Amino acid sequence: MRRLLQRRENQLAAIIILVVGLITLRAPVFLSMGSIDTIMTDGAILTMMALVQMLAILTRGIDLSVSANMALTGMVVALLSKDHPEMAVTATIVLALGLGLLLGAINGVMIAYVGIPPIVVTLGTMSIYRGLVFQVSGGAWVNAQQMGSAFIAFPTTRLLGLTAIVWIAAVMVAAIYLFLNHVRKGRELYALGGNPTAARYVGINNTHNQMLVYSLIGLVSGLCGYLWVARYAVAYTEIALGFELQTVAACVIGGVSMAGGRGTVLGCVLGSVFLVIIFNALPIINVSPFWQLAISGAVILAAVVLNSRSERSKGKLILKSAQLAAVRGTA
Amino acid sequence: MSSLPRLFPASDATKGTEKMRIMAVFKRWEFILVLILAAICVFNSFASPYFLDLHNLFDSTQSFSEKAILVLSMALIIIIGDIDLSVASIIALCGTAVGWLATQGMTTPQLVVASVIVGTLAGMVNGGIIVRFQVPAIVVTIGTMSLFRGISYIILGDQAFSSFPDDFSDLGQGYLGGMIPYEFIVYLVLAVVFAVFLHRTTYGRSIFAMGNNPQAAMYSGIKVDTIRFWLFTVNGMMAGLAAVLFTSRIGATRPNMALGWELEVVATVVLGGVAITGGSGTMPGVILSVFVFGMLTFGLGLVNVPGIIMTIITGCMLIGAIATPIIVRKLSRP
Amino acid sequence: MIMNTADQDKNPVLALQGIKKHFGGVKALDGVTLNLYAGQVVALVGENGAGKSTAVKIMTGIFRPDAGTILINGEAVSLHSTQDAWKNGVTAVHQETVMFDDLSVAENIFMGHLENRRGGLLDWAGMNRRAAQILLELESDIRADMLLNNLSVAQKHMVEIARALSHDSKVVIMDEPTAALSQQEIQELYKIIRRLQAAGKAILYISHKFDEIFAIADRYTVFRDGCFVGEGRIADVNEDELVRLMVGRSVRQLFPKPTVTIGGPVLEVQGLGNDREFEDISFTLHKGEVLGFYGLVGAGRTELMEALFGLKPVTHGAILRNGTPMAHGSPRAVIDQGIVYVPEDRQHSGVILPMSIRNNLTLPSIRALATGIFLNNAKEKALSQQFRERLSIKCANLDQKVSDLSGGNQQKVVIGKWLATRPDIIVLDEPTKGIDVGSKSAVHAFIGDLVKQGLSVIMVSSELPEVMGMADRIIVMHQGRIARSFDRATFSAEAIVAAATGLFARSSQEGAHAQTSSAA
Repeated sequence: MRRLLQRRENQLAAIIILVVGLITLRAPVFLSMGSIDTIMTDGAILTMMALVQMLAILTRGIDLSVSANMALTGMVVALLSKDHPEMAVTATIVLALGLGLLLGAINGVMIAYVGIPPIVVTLGTMSIYRGLVFQVSGGAWVNAQQMGSAFIAFPTTRLLGLTAIVWIAAVMVAAIYLFLNHVRKGRELYALGGNPTAARYVGINNTHNQMLVYSLIGLVSGLCGYLWVARYAVAYTEIALGFELQTVAACVIGGVSMAGGRGTVLGCVLGSVFLVIIFNALPIINVSPFWQLAISGAVILAAVVLNSRSERSKGKLILKSAQLAAVRGTA
Repeated sequence: MSSLPRLFPASDATKGTEKMRIMAVFKRWEFILVLILAAICVFNSFASPYFLDLHNLFDSTQSFSEKAILVLSMALIIIIGDIDLSVASIIALCGTAVGWLATQGMTTPQLVVASVIVGTLAGMVNGGIIVRFQVPAIVVTIGTMSLFRGISYIILGDQAFSSFPDDFSDLGQGYLGGMIPYEFIVYLVLAVVFAVFLHRTTYGRSIFAMGNNPQAAMYSGIKVDTIRFWLFTVNGMMAGLAAVLFTSRIGATRPNMALGWELEVVATVVLGGVAITGGSGTMPGVILSVFVFGMLTFGLGLVNVPGIIMTIITGCMLIGAIATPIIVRKLSRP
Repeated sequence: MIMNTADQDKNPVLALQGIKKHFGGVKALDGVTLNLYAGQVVALVGENGAGKSTAVKIMTGIFRPDAGTILINGEAVSLHSTQDAWKNGVTAVHQETVMFDDLSVAENIFMGHLENRRGGLLDWAGMNRRAAQILLELESDIRADMLLNNLSVAQKHMVEIARALSHDSKVVIMDEPTAALSQQEIQELYKIIRRLQAAGKAILYISHKFDEIFAIADRYTVFRDGCFVGEGRIADVNEDELVRLMVGRSVRQLFPKPTVTIGGPVLEVQGLGNDREFEDISFTLHKGEVLGFYGLVGAGRTELMEALFGLKPVTHGAILRNGTPMAHGSPRAVIDQGIVYVPEDRQHSGVILPMSIRNNLTLPSIRALATGIFLNNAKEKALSQQFRERLSIKCANLDQKVSDLSGGNQQKVVIGKWLATRPDIIVLDEPTKGIDVGSKSAVHAFIGDLVKQGLSVIMVSSELPEVMGMADRIIVMHQGRIARSFDRATFSAEAIVAAATGLFARSSQEGAHAQTSSAA
């Protein structure tokens, strides 16, 4: 039992079950099908974005431009839908993926090829992309009546009872899990983040991997930009403002190390689920939504403090007795 | 790297002649900033006849004085290789405190002290967590960024505090001699203090040492954690000061006040020549950078460019400022 | 240096010809030659800084040479990456352990050439199986699925050897593979090398230890200061000749240890331990004494010194300074007691490379030099100038960055910055590691000067001649404990090495094991 609880993912899962239990005691409606459906649909975008954010953090980077990318891509496809309401959803998705990829690749080039620290590049492109949303829209809103009906309907189309957005997220979780655990490039990201010097010694190319990571983040941000705009049926300049910090928060809560090289898909998904549950539970248990921000801040801090315990380097094991104890502990 | 190659005895690259020393001045980042600033001023005076009016110029400083104060202490934090993303949220927290305390009947001087105290405490929370748990500043301040502004939302919701003592507005709206805004004077005084602190004291030396190599700094007996703690505390204190000035200037407190300032402040520091990875930077550089941003915003305002376009320009300048030297170096190398 | 005719008939599997490499203005390799033959072990010898590791990095594609050719089976190749080197059958065990602590043993072995199943997904089962097989061949008890984090230094090194063997290679380079190994483990390594040799692989063996070179190598190649000095068959040389080639002069004059009257105790350490890295450490340092600490890499010497200097917590034991318990909570507190520590890792812990020589020299004493909190430029200049002269630091001016200096001069800056605090006790951790011969003897002469002036010196060193030459007493550590201590009169190379590799301590160690396992 104690061994089981030592794994961070298990701890987090236990906490989630506990929180859900407490909320349900207070408001049984929380565990209704409708409520669960909303949580899953709301959580899908955060989960996807947290997963790609994790790719950046694993390689000792960060991408602060994700929400601006989402807003810009979302606004562009919304404007297109406004002018061409009959546009096919597949075309919209391809466009969103393409534009997102382009924006991500710009980050990638600056980080991988020019060699500017990720935080600086994405801080800059965050401002630029957000400003461009205003430029393309002229500061105006695109509302539900102006968008095509298929455009809006797609994310919440149901297949086998679940919304399309949930299916997309599920596929993405599976894909990123496979990528990080069973694909060479994925493992190389862990190696790069864990020890860049050693990675160089075994010939892992940092440039290509960074380019790949930031392009992938862009690709997924583009898709999520469309899904966000369509799900909430509105596009405006401030859309998803500050969302980049939620993605980082989900990673931190899920045990992804900001120092790089450490983090799992399961942890990251649980981190996202935890945040979404908290946010969705507040109105149900009659807490003002104005508490949302402070709670997420407190949760991040708690996670940071808890992580620090497991990450503290304990020094080498030199004494034979200490080595034996360690081997017994892990066996 | 145990096999350190020996120095070539004849090649002493740093043995500079007088001419090279003069060249070095032109290569300095501060010199480039002066050129950029001059170009902006020339552009502005062509764009609008109102630019070269002393009253207008001094007036324009008000729009950036609060951010400029934050830039000073943020520069120190970035030089030690950390970052504080929570400054804007500390402003919201302090602003809310000031707004609430004003409704409780506090006088203007009391409000100033209260704001600075709240800011200092918030900075201590940041520094305390970072040092006690040895966790990266960026994660901690992402957390407190939500927490501090979140508290402000809990207190205010969608409301605002807007009743203050009568003389409160003088702080942010008053002028010395009818011309120079008090805020600008506060900034100038602090700029001198910070410049002396960084470049002329033992603490400044320790800060550079820490930023370049925290381990070697620690081995040299520098109390690395103590300095980190106090720098975050000072940053909070500056945010408290900026908050009371800002509240006074706009005459109201809302939970979304100063939203996004942290990134503008970081961008200004980086454009001022402070390496985001720590270890180098100068106060004159970041002070010039403040004026570059300030005059640019002012100029764009004169020609009626919307404020959001400024964010695009900020972003481009940030990336351009860092990318240009790197690209030039890469191209000049065969 | 007479080429054996049999060797001349054979073509080298790998040959370096006229390889040059410089870093900035610093020349690391100046036209070196190196030949490796199938089924033979070539020992590459040379002082630290002779360019051996740079040559290794060029052969493994990590660095690209500025000039010269790399021939593999007689054909010129250019190696742009480690993968290129692997494709050409060249693998290496590097000097520093370069591994991934958060990944499994199998993954560490295969990282960079992870194997796929059909369908493009990784073949974990296969890799675990192959890793286990390689480890079995190495007669190691490390499991393939263990996290690297949980291994000891020696075990990590074994994983690194396994990594080199995971390739189907023609050339295996071993850069100081025995530094962290015990005598028994070294014997195992010999067996592995002989097996590789029998399988027709060419082996480059880099080591400072002559007994190893003469035990395992067939041929030798000598580098000095980035230049090729000579090569030949091991059977044709003796130790003295090899040393002369390496150093270019006799080594006897290297240790100018003056005789100093040793005073009373200045530092007493009693039963110090921290549960993980060292325990039961007791010793006394006297005024004017040079106390040597010898042991294998990873024996806990550096960790002990760091604890002494307030950088690591101590769980039990006491430290007495001049007979009274001493505060050792932080480096500042320890420095204030007149004790300074010159760390082994110069670049990470010793100097601040991007800062000027002056600022580095005055860093620990900056508070004493200041007027209040304000810097005093005049005092700073005077102090730094004084130590520049005293240590004869070779530089254009004191505003030069320390990164522009050679290794030896950097080391002088580190020592200088500590002497500037006017300490009574100076702890030197591997003071001559990676510096050239000239600077080395300057450092030794300087240690002599220090004790003449009444300072006490603790010298941690892994170079036996150095400790034996300089120390008044030698304490030998093994696996975190003091194995044995020797007075100058009883110094014996054999006995010291035996103690360091655990030969003398074995019986008591095994007793300790039995106790802990029965207790658990």
